[in-house]
Amino acid sequence: MDRFSVFAPRLVEKAENFTSGHRACQGCAEALAVRLVMKALGRDTIVAMATGCMEIVSSPLPTTAWMVPWIHVAFENASAVVSGCEAGMKALMRKGKVPEKKITFVAMGGDGATADIGMGQISGVMERGHDMIYICYDNEAYMNTGIQRSSSTPYGASTTTSPAGKYSIGQHTQKKNLPQIAVAHNIPYVATACPSFPFDLMQKVKKASSIQGPAYIHILSVCPTGWRIPIDESIRYGRLAVDTGVFPLYEVVDGSYKMTYKPYRLRPVNDYLKGQGRFRHLTDKETGVIQDRVTKEYEGLLKRCEGR
Amino acid sequence: MGGKRKGIEVSLAIAEAVGQANADVIAAYPITPQTHIVEHLSELVANGELDAEFVPVESEHSAMSVCCGSAAVGARTFTSTSSQGLALMSEIFFIASSMRLPMVMALANRSLSGPLSIWNDHTDTMMVRDAGWIHVFVENGQDAYDHIFWAFRVGEDPDVLLPVAVNFDGFILTHMIEPIEYEKDETIKRYLPEFRLKNALHPDKPVSMGCFGMPEIYTEAQMSREDGVTGSYPTIIKAWEEWGELTGRQYHPIETYRADDAEYCIVTMGSYGETAMEVVDTLREEGEKVGVVKIRLWRPFPFDEFRGAVLGKKALIVIDRAISFGGPGGPVASELRSALYKKEGSPVIVNYVAGLAGRDVSRNDFRNIILEGKAKAESGDTEGFILYGLRG
Repeated sequence: MDRFSVFAPRLVEKAENFTSGHRACQGCAEALAVRLVMKALGRDTIVAMATGCMEIVSSPLPTTAWMVPWIHVAFENASAVVSGCEAGMKALMRKGKVPEKKITFVAMGGDGATADIGMGQISGVMERGHDMIYICYDNEAYMNTGIQRSSSTPYGASTTTSPAGKYSIGQHTQKKNLPQIAVAHNIPYVATACPSFPFDLMQKVKKASSIQGPAYIHILSVCPTGWRIPIDESIRYGRLAVDTGVFPLYEVVDGSYKMTYKPYRLRPVNDYLKGQGRFRHLTDKETGVIQDRVTKEYEGLLKRCEGR
Repeated sequence: MGGKRKGIEVSLAIAEAVGQANADVIAAYPITPQTHIVEHLSELVANGELDAEFVPVESEHSAMSVCCGSAAVGARTFTSTSSQGLALMSEIFFIASSMRLPMVMALANRSLSGPLSIWNDHTDTMMVRDAGWIHVFVENGQDAYDHIFWAFRVGEDPDVLLPVAVNFDGFILTHMIEPIEYEKDETIKRYLPEFRLKNALHPDKPVSMGCFGMPEIYTEAQMSREDGVTGSYPTIIKAWEEWGELTGRQYHPIETYRADDAEYCIVTMGSYGETAMEVVDTLREEGEKVGVVKIRLWRPFPFDEFRGAVLGKKALIVIDRAISFGGPGGPVASELRSALYKKEGSPVIVNYVAGLAGRDVSRNDFRNIILEGKAKAESGDTEGFILYGLRG
């Protein structure tokens, strides 16, 4: 499994479980992330999805982009819904009403569904220990409703409800650290990923599905529409987020941290910020503040990875 | 026919009925006065008397969400709540029925905040009247026990596939110890087939559930919900008939007491029916031509049976347990008024709202309501509603 990336190109499932024909925007890295996640999960999966971009683009009646059993109930409750699927299937299999089979139960939601409205329910399913994966596709704002800020929007980003202005830097709060909240629940597996690093992402999803108990994966999903970047730049900005240390790729297995991709040397944060419309109002002073914080957090993470 | 008779708290009997029904998943959150039901269910699971997953969720919203997930994979699903719990889950309550996910809810009726009150009335259930669930109101403990099986049987029927709420009065029933005739497990097995959801979520046959509806399809989706609830009626009746054959206890959508030759009828829902019957007996001895009409089935509303029972009467004295602020009166009375509008021989309706938040409505109060209501009907004073027992 550790050397998965060497074999990955040949091992990746050819079948598309999240099919083309959905209505995501051009350049949507979230749709790509879902596609990669579904390749890694395979067909024996039940997906519950929160209301949001991916739900809307993939399921307008009477069409669907899903080749696996899929359920959407509401915005905040994908985690609880899939925990119900897991509990139900467990009972049905134990009672001999449904033949035994290994099924992976997965809940998916955007950053609004995860960091804001669904936070309590996600905490609930992690605490109760359901055998499931929660995947957050983080595009750092409520993109589906038109780029409003969430608690996962980064400091300094201009959104439609945290606009930059004469008296505003844009988002004036720091991004909520969801992976750390997941770690605090003492669950067996937590990871961050980004579709710009597809094999790393798929490896983590496979690992999460092989582990018994709750797993949490936080995927940075670049949104050209909301970040105000050209549609052919999504992959590059995902790489820049990782290479600048803004979004480090790591995993936490039973409490032990491991950096799964370590840039040789971090690029300056400004390389990531400068091309994005949402950050273009920032002055050098303000990007300096962001740089200091990123450096500090990255070093803290490195220390944890080294067990210090 | 007939099993052991047991003196037991109604909440515990309901839990044991869920056990006898062999539920697969129970998801619930503690709230008064429902708690004894889920406490006892978790006990049954802990002791191995019921093989089920008990999911102790962190909120009622999650309880209803877990129920949706579990029903979607085809598991027999049960939950129970009251008042604020129902309000919190109400978002998902509507979706559960739109997705045609069968589940049974024991809804221990309690007043809604504010001010905060844990006591009984029907303000909680009236809030979700239009949610597309089947709603039944039970009168006593035996009734409550029986209707758990009935609710699973109706809701899970492939011709129905709807969630069912069994409404019963908080404290008045939940905390009451009553003699209840238990049915044997074999009888239940004969009555209640295994739940088989044809399009359950399973990797062997993938389906998408809960897709979103554009305006082109939303209207049709609502019509299919309307057809679903209305169309459940024959199954509901058949399930009552078969229960009657098996147990000797017959239930009907509208039940009457000494109403055939009555000129005035008091209309009740839930446990008030029992007191009303006693009071009607006394009034009959005094020569008053009064009777009782009890609404057991609230959704789908049994229009024909209701009209059959009341057309030709002089007046109905309708007791509501909820107010529609700024509206035409209690929700029940306003529905009955509209059900009778321009029907030949339709009685006038006098509307009382009584017993809010557990305010005691004694036999004497019923007597006052009936006699005063009759006088009001005779004098033509039938506008709006009377908030019975209002002080000051």
